[in-house]
Amino acid sequence: MILARPMIRAAAATGLSLFAALPAWAQDVATQAASMPNPGNNAWMMTATVLVLLMILPGLALFYGGLTRAKNMLATMTQIGAVAALAMLIWVTYGYGLAFGPEGNAFISWGKFFLSGVTPDSTAATFTSEVISEYVFISFQMTFAAITIALVLGGVVERMKFSAVLVFAAVWLTIVYFPIAHMVWEGRGLFFTMGALDFAGGTVVHINAGVSALVAAIMLGKRKGYPNEPMPPHSLTLTMVGTGLLWVGWFGFNAGSALEANGSAALAMINTFVATAAAGLAWMATERVVGHKGSALGFCSGIISGLVAITPAAGNSGPFGAIVLGAVASVVCFVFVARVKPALGYDDSLDAFGIHGIGGMVGAIGTAIVYAPSLGGPGGADYAIGGQIVTQVSAVAATVVVSAIGTAIAITIAKALTGLRVAPDVELEGLDLGEHGERAYN
Amino acid sequence: MKLIMAIIKPFKLDDVRDALSAVGIAGMTVSEVKGFGRQKGQTEIYRGAEYSTNMVPKIKLEVVCDDALASRVVEAIQQAANSGAIGDGKIFVLDVAHAVRIRTGETGETAL
Repeated sequence: MILARPMIRAAAATGLSLFAALPAWAQDVATQAASMPNPGNNAWMMTATVLVLLMILPGLALFYGGLTRAKNMLATMTQIGAVAALAMLIWVTYGYGLAFGPEGNAFISWGKFFLSGVTPDSTAATFTSEVISEYVFISFQMTFAAITIALVLGGVVERMKFSAVLVFAAVWLTIVYFPIAHMVWEGRGLFFTMGALDFAGGTVVHINAGVSALVAAIMLGKRKGYPNEPMPPHSLTLTMVGTGLLWVGWFGFNAGSALEANGSAALAMINTFVATAAAGLAWMATERVVGHKGSALGFCSGIISGLVAITPAAGNSGPFGAIVLGAVASVVCFVFVARVKPALGYDDSLDAFGIHGIGGMVGAIGTAIVYAPSLGGPGGADYAIGGQIVTQVSAVAATVVVSAIGTAIAITIAKALTGLRVAPDVELEGLDLGEHGERAYN
Repeated sequence: MKLIMAIIKPFKLDDVRDALSAVGIAGMTVSEVKGFGRQKGQTEIYRGAEYSTNMVPKIKLEVVCDDALASRVVEAIQQAANSGAIGDGKIFVLDVAHAVRIRTGETGETAL
C-alpha cells in the first residue's frame, strides 16, 4: 500500500499483496499471526522516523533561520516548529485516515480517524512479505507531513503572521498534502497505479512544497524593500549547521523509505551520500564558472538541491547515476535561483521553489533515466526510459496543479481569518519582537 | 605635543605596534572603524544576489608624543603599515594643547 518505489517491477504483485496485508489488524487473524514485525526492521524504522524529526528541528529551523535577517530568526524557527507540531496532531486525528485509510479511491481515503482500531499489534505492509508495526509506519509518515508544511514556509518567512501560518498549515495539509500523499503512496492512489517512480517523496514532499511556497509567496507579496534593500543571510554559520543536520536526517527520510533495513535501504543510503556530495561541489563549480567565488552558501544550497533531487531516485538509481543526477540538479537550481528568479521578480524568500520545486522536478524526471539498468539503475531488462519519462512528467504536472490550486485556497482562507500579513511597522521592526515578543540575540 | 592619528589596514596593527615600541612609544589607543576612500567597498554575493558594501573595516590608531619624537613615529607607522596597495590608509598629525595624567595630576609631556 505504501511507497511508490517498486511499482515498475511489482505493481501487479505487490499491489495485491499490500492490499491483503493492510487490514490485517481487523479481519485476518491468520495473516496477522503469520506476519509479525521483524524487530530489526522495526528498530530501523523507529530510528529513521526520529532522523526525519531531526531534519525539521533543529535542521530546517537552523538552515532557514540562518538565511533570514537577525530580526526574524526566532519567528522563522518558531513557525517551523509550530507547524510541524500542528501537523503531528492533525495527522493522528484525520490525516492518516485521509492518506492511508482502509476505504478510498484514487484521490483520497478515509477511515481510521483518531487512529481507531490501531493497536500495538497492528501492522503495515512493506514492499516484501515483511510487515512493520503500524504505529511506527504512522509515525514515520507523520514526520513527512510535518516537514513538508515546514518546507513551504521558506517562501513566506519574514512577513506572514504567525496566526496566518497556523491556519494556512491546517488547511493546506488537509486539501493538498493528504490527497497527494494518498495519490503517490497508497496502493489505490492515482500516481501509484500510473506507475510513477518516487522512492522517498520527491513529488509529495519537494515539488509539492516548492510549488506551494511559490504560489503562497506570490499571493503574500514581496517583503518590504525587496529587491532594492540588501537582505543578506544573518548567519551562514547556522545555515551550515542546519545543512549538516538536514543531510544526516535525510538518511532516515530516504533509506527509511524502503520501510525495511534491507538492500534497497542500503542503495538509498549510498546514493544519499554521493548525489549530495556531487551536488555540493557542482554548485560551487558553477559559481566559479560564472565568475563568482565558490561560497559557503553555494555549498549548502548545492547540498540541499542534491538531497532533493536524489529523493525520488534514492533506491531507484545506481550510485553513479545518482552522482550525475545530483550534479545536474545542482547546476539547474543555481541557474534558476541566481538568474531566473531575479528576472521574474517574485520574492520566494529562501528559495523554497528554486531548490525544492526545481530540484524536485529535475529529480522526478531524472529518476526515469537513472532507473535504467544500462545506466546502473535497478530497473528490469525490459525497462523503457521514454514511457517512464511520460509517466513521471504526468505525475509532476498533476502535482503542480493540485499544489497550486490548493495553496491558493488555503492562503485565501488564512487571509480571510487572520489578515495574512503583519503590519508594516512589525515587518520593519522584525517579526521576533512583533509576533513573539522576544529577540534572538541580546 | 602632537597627536598622531593613523587609519591603517587591520592586519597591519601588530607590525605597527612593534615599530612604535621600537621608537619608544609606550601607549596608544586603537579603535575598529569603517570607512572608504580610493579602495571603495566589497561585493558580497548570496545565491546570485549581489550586495556592495561601501564601507571597509579599518583600524584607527591614536598616539600622543612629544614634538621631537613625532616625525619618527610618523615614519615608523608609514613604513610598518605599508603594503603597497590602495587602502593602506592615512596618517594625520595634530597639535595637542594640554595633557593630564588622571591618577597623579601630572601635566604636559610628563603625563604621556
